[in-house]
Amino acid sequence: MKRVYMDANATTPILPEVMEAMRPYWMESFGNASSIHLDGQKAHTAVDSARATLAEFFNCHEAEVVFNSGGTEGDNTAIFGLLHPGDHFITTSIEHSAVLRAADRVAQHGVKTTFVAPSASGLINPTDILRALRSETRLISVMLANNETGVLQPVEEIGKIAADTGVFFHIDAVQGAGKVRFDVRRFGCHLCSISAHKMHGPKGTGAMFVRRGTSIEPLLVGGSHERRQRAGTENVPGIVGLAKAAELAMHSLEDGTIDRLAKLRDQLEAGVLQISGTGVNGASEDGKPVLRAANTTNIWFDHVEGEALVIAMDLKGVAVSGGSACHSGATEPSHVLMAMGLDKARARASLRFSLLKTVTEADVDYVLKVVPEAVEHLRAISPVAAGTLG
Amino acid sequence: MTERTTIAVAMSGGVDSSTVAAMLAHEGGTVVGLTLQLWDQTRLAGKHGIPDAPKAGRCCSLDDVYDARRVAEHLKIPYYVVNQQERFENDVIRPFVAEYLAGRTPIPCSLCNNHLKFDQLLQTARSIGANRIATGHYAVNEFDQKRGRWILKRATDSGKDQTYFLFGLTQEQLAHTLFPLGRMTKPEVREVARQHGLALAEKPDSQEICFIPGGDYKQFLTAYLEEQGERLPETAGELVTASGEVLGRHDGIFNFTVGQRKGLGVSSPSPLYVLQIDPATHRVTVGADEELATLTLRARDLNWISITNLTAPMRVQAKIRHRHEPAWATLEPYGADEIVATFDEAQRAVTPGQSAVFYDGDEVVGGGWIV
Repeated sequence: MKRVYMDANATTPILPEVMEAMRPYWMESFGNASSIHLDGQKAHTAVDSARATLAEFFNCHEAEVVFNSGGTEGDNTAIFGLLHPGDHFITTSIEHSAVLRAADRVAQHGVKTTFVAPSASGLINPTDILRALRSETRLISVMLANNETGVLQPVEEIGKIAADTGVFFHIDAVQGAGKVRFDVRRFGCHLCSISAHKMHGPKGTGAMFVRRGTSIEPLLVGGSHERRQRAGTENVPGIVGLAKAAELAMHSLEDGTIDRLAKLRDQLEAGVLQISGTGVNGASEDGKPVLRAANTTNIWFDHVEGEALVIAMDLKGVAVSGGSACHSGATEPSHVLMAMGLDKARARASLRFSLLKTVTEADVDYVLKVVPEAVEHLRAISPVAAGTLG
Repeated sequence: MTERTTIAVAMSGGVDSSTVAAMLAHEGGTVVGLTLQLWDQTRLAGKHGIPDAPKAGRCCSLDDVYDARRVAEHLKIPYYVVNQQERFENDVIRPFVAEYLAGRTPIPCSLCNNHLKFDQLLQTARSIGANRIATGHYAVNEFDQKRGRWILKRATDSGKDQTYFLFGLTQEQLAHTLFPLGRMTKPEVREVARQHGLALAEKPDSQEICFIPGGDYKQFLTAYLEEQGERLPETAGELVTASGEVLGRHDGIFNFTVGQRKGLGVSSPSPLYVLQIDPATHRVTVGADEELATLTLRARDLNWISITNLTAPMRVQAKIRHRHEPAWATLEPYGADEIVATFDEAQRAVTPGQSAVFYDGDEVVGGGWIV
């Protein structure tokens, strides 16, 4: 059966170029980048070269790039590494759980957090960040692109607020990386976290921009790797793969791939919206379209149980996501959609389509064949539709 | 489309439902595995003495979902976990708590089968293009041409028979449900599991209530009500004899079930048992074992399987709890929607909140909840 993968915000496949770039670093050039012999030097050179690519990607100095294990580590490092008892922390209610649960953890150590809520369109208003500021505020953390809706947050304006008030600013850019033009100077952040596997790199590898002079307590201590900012033998193949993925992501932004992706996403969205009783979560604010990552659309379907629709579509070969998976693999309604003010029923009836940049027109056509059939079938048998269930 | 042949198997991660999945997958039809996620085992863990780490062998524990997923992978069938926690809380947990607080002794498995499990499984099955479900219950389900009805019968393995918990199934549900283990014994099931290479063929059976790790329902009531921001209602009262003599006091009627001997908190030369719990006066009546025997019971919320309705007296064998040997009784309608069963010989500890299930030989006639 044909399979179409439209869950890129969960993870992406490694591109062949990435696989090729990583290949020598498993068996031939396997050295430890800290060793002084030739094998070590080869690894060291590879990491250096990757660092140069990432510096270009972030638009920062090489010394400002710290390799780590991915987005969760970056988010955790920003929060655990900067906040002390008595500090105040500002973040949003639509962040990834790597930020939200870290905020819960520091709350046990006397850090107070303000969770700024989004508008109905999923957008954070910078004025709300400004209003939340206190004299004890030490860190602001806001995501670049929301994982559920793709809505791009006004990080530049928040960066200005941070600069004006002398507060540290961390951007969780895991979902934005590779989808929007990236420039940490323009963003005005001190810290910025990305993950390789969301942009066709390997899982378990990421990087963090740490602006020079930002004194941050490392999460892991041990050897003097990464300028003592992140102990642990470098994951050389992973770092090489991340760099290749970042390089390809920069090309994609220049060569029209991302524009094409946005066009196919729009085509998919328009097609799905032909079905009655549907709408986009996070499409427009006061009648004006909201800026979104090029690959994401989040659509509600009235009188449909989202979980059943995900399963029905999977059995027809289409992979999408509805809400977030809890520990068992069952689905919980998305906290992002709930924060945007959707009621539980509509949050449950919403699906996220997140397209790979390798998506084809035929993929979109196939999905546009499967979705209406599945929705029609579910509505025909649904007790939700019949009004017998909440 | 594959609607005709697709079967959804309810997989709990135990040997029975895993074997059903293996048997059906082996027969060659399209099989999809489903697990209903009903309760988060970590939710009340560590509170009021509830164990921190739930044991394996109960539904919805992570280990069991893991086991079910591994079986599905082994059988190469699609497998999904469906979140029904909210419905379970509304349809099973809340009534369960309310029943205890009202001095009755509920059976959550029957509440779940009657109000949630089969209805939801069929609903989910249909949504994914399957029109039948299969479960690992030990029961036999056959269509009888003459009566034009689906008939539920006792399983061949009488020690494993689960028809007592299935009396609430409607004709519509029975028509779309398969019980492939009904004619097998447990050792046979384990042997089939081994033949299919299932790693969990020797996994022990689960016995306890799935959402009460450790098996102490009082801990659960306290922890759940506290989580809900409620307190155990004040139901302390007197312990009395049938003749009204006050023997002492108790802390709350939810501590008792009819027939209970332990934990009464009074000493007596001969063993005392709970005879009756009065939710209005909070009085708990105790007495000798022989005083527990009653000749009749009343039941409500009835469901009939082998008959369309009870219109005239009928001879049946009535089973009043899971481990009860069915006893001869005569059923008669009582008012519009209740029945009275009169036993040939008085039965011990007829317990309000439990179900009474009526058999005609191996057939389930129907059942209801004891008033």
